[in-house]
Amino acid sequence: MADAAFWQEILNILLLSLRVSGTAVLIGTLIGVPIGTILGLAQFKGKQPFIFFFNISIRSTVNTFMGLPPVVVGLVVYLLLSASGPLGPLGLLYTPTAMIITQLIMAVPIIIGVTMSAVGSVEKAIREKALSLGATDRQAAWMVLREARMGVLTAIIVAFGAAISEVGGVMITGGNIRWVTRTLTTAIVVETNLGDFELAITLGIILLSMAFVINLILTILQLRGTKR
Amino acid sequence: MPVIQAQNLSKEYFGKRILEDINFRVQTGEIFVLVGPNGAGKTTLLRILDLLEEPTGGRLVFDGTSVTRSAKDKAALRRRISIVFQQTVLFNMSVYDNVAYGLKVRGGNGADTEKRVSETLERVQLRGFEKKNALALSGGEAQRVALAQALITEPELLLLDEPTANLDPRNVSIVEEALSRVNRERKTTMIMATHNMFQAENLAHRVAVFNEGKIETIGTFRGVFGKPSRFLQDFARLENVFSGVSTVSSEGTSVIDVGDGLLIEATFMKAGDVTFYVPPEDIILSTSPLVSSARNVFEGRIVQILDFGSVVKLRVKAGKNFVVQITKKSFSEMQLNIDSRVFLAFKASSVQTD
Repeated sequence: MADAAFWQEILNILLLSLRVSGTAVLIGTLIGVPIGTILGLAQFKGKQPFIFFFNISIRSTVNTFMGLPPVVVGLVVYLLLSASGPLGPLGLLYTPTAMIITQLIMAVPIIIGVTMSAVGSVEKAIREKALSLGATDRQAAWMVLREARMGVLTAIIVAFGAAISEVGGVMITGGNIRWVTRTLTTAIVVETNLGDFELAITLGIILLSMAFVINLILTILQLRGTKR
Repeated sequence: MPVIQAQNLSKEYFGKRILEDINFRVQTGEIFVLVGPNGAGKTTLLRILDLLEEPTGGRLVFDGTSVTRSAKDKAALRRRISIVFQQTVLFNMSVYDNVAYGLKVRGGNGADTEKRVSETLERVQLRGFEKKNALALSGGEAQRVALAQALITEPELLLLDEPTANLDPRNVSIVEEALSRVNRERKTTMIMATHNMFQAENLAHRVAVFNEGKIETIGTFRGVFGKPSRFLQDFARLENVFSGVSTVSSEGTSVIDVGDGLLIEATFMKAGDVTFYVPPEDIILSTSPLVSSARNVFEGRIVQILDFGSVVKLRVKAGKNFVVQITKKSFSEMQLNIDSRVFLAFKASSVQTD
């Protein structure tokens, strides 16, 4: 039978995971939604080879970064923050801040990419409609973003889902220090290695439940968004 | 002074000519209808007229001044023009907010906006729809909301790109009636693309026939098409078309049972399943039963009145729904109204089949 300390540690792990991923996604939203909106609005139409090339490059770059392997991001952030790295003097390695930076780097491309395609899919029709009704360029852009709101929300939720379930990045940059930088995913890895299946399974169930809730919210939003 | 004038307008996309040497002047209060096959350039012309696209060559003169390329000038000019697209685009918000949008972006205030939204919804027969989400409407209702969005700002020029192409006859009638009334009451200039020859005939002051990016001819409907053939007229409408089972009578005519207790006599001799139509202008309408040579006489009630200016179309329920076309003058002299009891009479020879 688990004692109070057991549950206290679980609570600590859960809260840290939520804090790290929540902060990363919040900052990622503030950076990614404006960029995604601008890229979605600027469709870079034109037959000039340069514009065409520019358009293709931006889109494939964003798409590539959307699938960044967390371990690679973790490695890069580690090299930057390690004592001999350029940002070493800041002393951020093995702190929750280092983990937030890692997840932020993963979250931003996801938010940019999904926002960009959501905005791009309604851009032409909604923008022209708003302009034809007398809107200024700014009012029309605002309306496009408003019509793409379900897509933007999807972007944020998808990014959060990716961040909370990511393990390689936070393992490398956080160091999986008990009570300090141990998250749901890194705890599962270490407890499994130690053979402490009770804690690992409990954390696994919590993580799975969170994934379920996230998908539940997404599905409800999508159903509401397509209701005719 | 012409409100809008196109001078040698042309448009190219990727080296392909879409419009070539387009010239016309449209006067204030005129309904100018563009007819022609798909891909003839009608939509492109309307998009250029709404300043959503730049012409490759030529000039557009609006109200005496040439349209410049300045974005600011175009935005100001665009506020005097409205467009209804063929594909309905509405915002994911209430009908009220959709219709009020044009006023909102112009800085309209609350009380005035509210009044104008309800007046405009009245015009398209959607009163009481204010709170519904615009995306939850049927296709016809949605297109009527789009029309209300375009009308609320009282544009000087209204552009219509096949506004009724995807609508059923009832919604078509509502849209046509609203357009016709707005044109009469506000002297709104309209440029409309349509495939519907009947619509062109009823609404147009002048028509321009488009083909392969060029205007082939401009003139009044009668001037361009002469007296339209039966085929042309009836091709465009879906009115008074009935189906039933026909039996050839001993007198050599056909009696067709169309259901609802209605037997219609026709001069053609055909047995079995037939589909036929009765031209609305061949039906005589009277307030008492007539003694006449007409073989088909039915009693019914008026269920809908559609005003087209000089002519009025009535929908009469007499077992089935019939559409009857009469002049405005007869309409007022007979003092007809919704639910008036009327008699319909038409000859057996007016019943047409292919």
